[in-house]
Amino acid sequence: MTPRITLATARRVLWQIRRDRRTVALIVLVPCVLLVLMRYVLYEQPGTFQHIGAPLCGLFPFILMFLVTSITMLRERTTGTLERLMTLPLAKLDVLAGYGIAFGLLAAVQAGIVCAVGFLALGLHAPHGAWLVALLAVGNALLGMALGLFVSAFAQTEFQAVQFMPAVVFPQMLLCGLFVARATMAPLLYDLSWALPLTYAYEALQRATRPAALTAALLGDVLVIVAATLAALALGAVTLRRRTA
Amino acid sequence: MRAVSEPAIDVAHLDVTRGGRHVLVNVSLEVSRGSVTGLLGPSGCGKTTLMRAIVGVQAMVSGEVTVLGRPAGEAGLRRRVGYVTQAPSVYGDLTVEENLRYFARIVDVSDERVAEVSRTVGLTGRERQVVNSMSGGERARVSLATALLNRPELLILDEPTVGLDPILRAELWQTFHHLAGSGATLLISSHVMDEASACDALLLMRDGALLAQTTPSELRRRTGEDDLGRAFLTVIKERPSTR
Repeated sequence: MTPRITLATARRVLWQIRRDRRTVALIVLVPCVLLVLMRYVLYEQPGTFQHIGAPLCGLFPFILMFLVTSITMLRERTTGTLERLMTLPLAKLDVLAGYGIAFGLLAAVQAGIVCAVGFLALGLHAPHGAWLVALLAVGNALLGMALGLFVSAFAQTEFQAVQFMPAVVFPQMLLCGLFVARATMAPLLYDLSWALPLTYAYEALQRATRPAALTAALLGDVLVIVAATLAALALGAVTLRRRTA
Repeated sequence: MRAVSEPAIDVAHLDVTRGGRHVLVNVSLEVSRGSVTGLLGPSGCGKTTLMRAIVGVQAMVSGEVTVLGRPAGEAGLRRRVGYVTQAPSVYGDLTVEENLRYFARIVDVSDERVAEVSRTVGLTGRERQVVNSMSGGERARVSLATALLNRPELLILDEPTVGLDPILRAELWQTFHHLAGSGATLLISSHVMDEASACDALLLMRDGALLAQTTPSELRRRTGEDDLGRAFLTVIKERPSTR
């Protein structure tokens, strides 16, 4: 791994995104609009808005980075640029870390804006500080990026890559406890939810947005998120092949 | 143009299977250093697969492929071998300059080199243009330019002149010979026989097999045909397809 190449890769990815103004606008605006929408859908239920909306501020970056990365990486695979990179003196880790830096920065911007809207404008509470939610959001974004990188290997077209979102992300959203407490689910689903990384991402956000004092359990959740991110990155690295059929 | 040293490319009994199909069958050849070698044959005959095996990105390879004295695909060769795929492999949403600067960082050359290679492929003044807004031929030249950045000892070019106008094509072939003159070895595929006459050496392929390793003048003499396209046809008739 070479810092010069890693940073050049991060800058290249950011340049590509910057040129696509509409994507940038969607990344920044869509979560904010959804949050505002939710606020007024739950007009008579401010408690429910706090319960779902506050953790959701930290989950949006996961969803979007999953989508953006799987498509960017798929393009890299289908346009032959990945194959070219693999013939050049760069390490696979340069590609992965370059993507991580670029999308981590993008996620930080997105999380910062969503949190500002949610916690400053819409009256959501962050008893332990909105910065904690934003920080967790960036971690979750990196998890989404790593998963997106990995699943992009299984898509041949952008259309397929988009379908991975309902396939990979939606079940995790349903089972993570955001909408229904996990303990009240069918026992099989409850057991299954322990195996899904988003469950821990949600748990950490829940702890960060509830008044109860923070415990070491938050650290436990964060460690699971980090481990899942690294595992997905390792699997993603396996799909970056120097030799292909 | 016979180099005194070992050949730049030495392929012995190369077989490649793809999806259970034999794409290359017992291919053996040598490419001498400092030469411009044309790899010719109809579309689908295995030219790209052969090039990919030489670059070391082709899986399911048996036989020996030695490149600049090292086994093909060895990590150290990534600095010494440049490969340009048939489809331009550059970032369409970046400008010419942004593309070249990125690849310049990877191979660790200065930004002056970026301007130099732009000139070499005739894209001076177009550096700020986004690649997606360019024509197919222009994109192909951006792709070629990236491979020239670090002056590789061996250049593998897969149909680099497809879709280019005749003037530009002639200019690029001049560039290829210029590069060979400064010591580089070039292996260039084409399915246009009139480009064969511009090569020092020729590799004629059909149906995954190497029909002949020859030179333009030798091919003309052997077949008694002045036109290289007809000469190629004569060679094919001499050796009917094995499949």
